[in-house]
Amino acid sequence: MDIHIKAPLDEETIKNLHAGDMVYISGTVYSARDAAHKRMDEALDQGKELPFDVKNNIVYYLGPSPAREGRVIGSAGPTTSGRMDRYTPRLLSLGLKGMIGKGKRSPEVKKAIIENKAVYFAAIGGAGALLSKAIVSSETIAYEDLGTEAIRKLEVVDLPAIVVIDSEGNDLYETASERFKKE
Amino acid sequence: MKTVNVSDITDAVKDMCIEATHYLSEDMKEALASSKEKESSELGKKILSQLEDNLDIASTDMIPICQDTGMAVFFVELGQDVHIEGGSLSDAINEGVRRGYTEGFLRKSVVSDPLIRVNTKDNTPAVIHYDIVPGDTLKIVIAPKGFGSENTSRIFMLKPADGIEGVKNAVLTAVKEAGPNACPPMVIGVGIGGTFEKCAMLAKKALTRPLNVRSDLEHIASLEEELLEKINNTGIGPAGLGGNTTALGVNIETYPTHIAGLPVAVNICCHVNRHATREF
Repeated sequence: MDIHIKAPLDEETIKNLHAGDMVYISGTVYSARDAAHKRMDEALDQGKELPFDVKNNIVYYLGPSPAREGRVIGSAGPTTSGRMDRYTPRLLSLGLKGMIGKGKRSPEVKKAIIENKAVYFAAIGGAGALLSKAIVSSETIAYEDLGTEAIRKLEVVDLPAIVVIDSEGNDLYETASERFKKE
Repeated sequence: MKTVNVSDITDAVKDMCIEATHYLSEDMKEALASSKEKESSELGKKILSQLEDNLDIASTDMIPICQDTGMAVFFVELGQDVHIEGGSLSDAINEGVRRGYTEGFLRKSVVSDPLIRVNTKDNTPAVIHYDIVPGDTLKIVIAPKGFGSENTSRIFMLKPADGIEGVKNAVLTAVKEAGPNACPPMVIGVGIGGTFEKCAMLAKKALTRPLNVRSDLEHIASLEEELLEKINNTGIGPAGLGGNTTALGVNIETYPTHIAGLPVAVNICCHVNRHATREF
């Protein structure tokens, strides 16, 4: 089923998303990947505030290529989510509601997704040119020294993604391959 | 004796960085198109179409196919009758990478120290493999490698008694573990034989062979075909969301090995299996 949703997310929207749904996300999302997650985690350890309020927000695991002159952003597809797993349960406990990436998540992340009623989306890995067309503005809001790994506030319009892990913990990666497996 | 100036090499490398990250080779495009015809998952078909659209957008609008424009890996065949003038060949290649990644708006993804992790901001240094060959030709192949798939690559030091079944299991184990993380449909480069490091090199080099060219060795060519079928039967599918297009091709390179060993390296690449070649 194709569903159009708004970011930040609300409880009702999340409840109605199921593993396998095709979604088009519009609104504000924040890009962060390895180095930004590490810094956010260290900030929390030191009792400091995060560069943006994660509550109800979606994080896009993204490190874009540089924008050409006059453009918003360069190539902008998802990176592998699993590398963020060790930082994710803490962000979910603080109210983060959505993640866009690609690839498998750890049991700890799945548990935290269920406990905090969140959702994990996959965007198509390696389709960075196509996905960049859904990003209409980009502003670096923190950790500028990290270059591509800085945190960016992105406005997106109909960013295509697929619900992989829903708020009940159903995991599309586990079920999808079984359907097409041949021995 | 042929003389090649380093400034010509730098210029060529700069162009190769940009070319490889914006255009895929014809064999890759053909493999994507024919897999779409055979894909039985509707979602899988849709994803494969999106990947084709992505390639069109990349080349038309000059946006890299994937934001991970990779670590720049080179295979250089230097004819022993070639004289390089004007400086160091490695420096010339690295200068080409620096200019290609900066002027071509490519992502800088290299950190100077694996533990301290400060971005070098120009994607250098490259990883350069040299081979000295007879003749007076300098051949440079670039294969920018993304790390979503690189991280899922494996090496297995098998026993001779594990034989061909052991090799098949090793490849399938690596592919199944990689699953959606490696951005399927994947291209699988396999090295069999040699030593630990030689085997890994063979696997990487295998990725640069066109997908429509099978191994010269009959038993290896049939192993490539059998493994491709087995990989596609895992059901992982495009983007790992189910289907029968899990890999677009399996290329295997072999080398003599020790009486005690059977090394197998599996270098996994995503559907953005990029390379460009120049000869001087």
